[in-house]
Amino acid sequence: MSANISAIFYLISGVLFILALRGLSSPETARQGNFFGILGMVIAITVTFLSIGNFSTGFIYVLIFLLIGGLIGAFIAYKIPMTAMPELVAGFHSLVGLAAVFVAISAFLNPEAFNLGSIGNIKIGSLIEMSIGASVGAITFSGSIIAFLKLQGIMSGAPITFKGQHPLNALILISIVVVTYLLCSTQSSNLFWILLAISFLIGFLLIIPIGGADMPVVISMLNSYSGWAAAGIGFTLENTALIITGALVGSSGAILSYIMCKGMNRSFFNVILGGFGATEQSTTSQNKEQKPVKSGNAEDAAFLMKNASSIIIVPGYGMAVAQAQHALREMVDTLKKNDIKVTYAIHPVAGRMPGHMNVLLAEANVPYDEVFELEEINNDFANADVAFVIGANDVTNPAAKTDPQSPIYGMPILDVEKCKSVLFIKRSLSPGYAGIDNDLFYKENTLMLFSDAKKMTEEITKNL
Amino acid sequence: MEIDPFIFRLSIFILSIFIGYYVVWSVTPSLHTPLMSVTNAISSVIIVGAIIAGLAGNSESIFNTSSIFGFLAISLAAINIFGGFLVTQRMLQMYKKKKKNK
Repeated sequence: MSANISAIFYLISGVLFILALRGLSSPETARQGNFFGILGMVIAITVTFLSIGNFSTGFIYVLIFLLIGGLIGAFIAYKIPMTAMPELVAGFHSLVGLAAVFVAISAFLNPEAFNLGSIGNIKIGSLIEMSIGASVGAITFSGSIIAFLKLQGIMSGAPITFKGQHPLNALILISIVVVTYLLCSTQSSNLFWILLAISFLIGFLLIIPIGGADMPVVISMLNSYSGWAAAGIGFTLENTALIITGALVGSSGAILSYIMCKGMNRSFFNVILGGFGATEQSTTSQNKEQKPVKSGNAEDAAFLMKNASSIIIVPGYGMAVAQAQHALREMVDTLKKNDIKVTYAIHPVAGRMPGHMNVLLAEANVPYDEVFELEEINNDFANADVAFVIGANDVTNPAAKTDPQSPIYGMPILDVEKCKSVLFIKRSLSPGYAGIDNDLFYKENTLMLFSDAKKMTEEITKNL
Repeated sequence: MEIDPFIFRLSIFILSIFIGYYVVWSVTPSLHTPLMSVTNAISSVIIVGAIIAGLAGNSESIFNTSSIFGFLAISLAAINIFGGFLVTQRMLQMYKKKKKNK
């Protein structure tokens, strides 16, 4: 197949990938979009085979490795529980990163195969592109591994900070640039390995100081990196499909990070530099412990809800941890039978990744037209009878509006406090991730339900 | 003077960033998780490079250092392609509208 014809097919697959993302603008067109994505991928792979035209023994091995990976991927995709989606996505990002690194290594060791010149004499432009792809790929890989470990709970979600962290990171980042420059002028393979090693190291160091609840930003950011890595390799291979895709994924991840940061009213750098809330914890929790709290049981909650005419449910990460989405849906079904209007309100940063809560509710068969985003529903709290907060905390804290001293001041919150009454399922009075107390717990019209989210929801359903 | 082909690729890259910007802003927030898994899947089109690398070995030695990295990259990317598209499919199937007869 001539290079021009294959280039046109790569362009087509790039366009299909654009359509795949375009489809996600509404749930109705999303499945079709996914189909376009698959089609684009099939075209890209087929064209690559045809353009090489080498169907020797090597070809069989390509198919074998493709099949091995495919089977593993398919197995994971069917087995993974929806609550583990953030870990899965982080894991997948690490694979894209590592694949980019491997392709770059391969191109560096055998530049002839890629038309990039010969060993020790690789075209300068290609070498720069390759170094960028490899370096960003390595950062994506090690960063995603840390994100994965933190989300999985293998590594503590608490930020890990040490003295001199920021100067050290800055030093490594500068040395990446210097090594890349030296690599391009000397073509030394030692420098190539050093570049990879320090890139792995910086990926690791960049993510360890970031805490668990900032994971939505981290995952989006790594999503973006995986795109830039792919684009870097795309330039090396002079492949349009890869360049288009890399740019799409890169900007997609960047936009998601921006949305997540805005949801917390924090700047991107503030999140990346990490260590949020660690200092405030001790002072605020001490002087507020004496306040009275009204706590209730499932019967009280059921009574309140039975007499309501409209209820808004506010899910958070706690719901995912307790796997309470199905129990919640059963409770809502019972409420609906009593002609009570129930809607769901989702804060942009609820959960551990963008859209996490929406997926869990969808899994529990909650129709997506009952689920609303912050801007859509926030005015409705004033007219609702009951707000049912399940596993969320900081995103409802009125201190974000009233207390300029609070670390979350300015963060957009769900106006739960405007409801006639608030039900709060929580395991204890402990402050949320930000380490600050929530005034909502001590309000006259708040009833605290101290229990596991799933157990409590099931008990309420029994009492309805 | 002729224009370096790199400039054309750069143009495609820059324009694609803009397309990405507008397309992603129009994605509904409730589908942000499927957006991440599908971007994951499509960025694995890097498999194209992996295949070239894997097939670069000559007929006497299919496995040299370069092609081994290629084969490994093929598997990694394939995990992502299959895993990414299938898990997206699985998620999207769960998004349902309210049934009207209820």
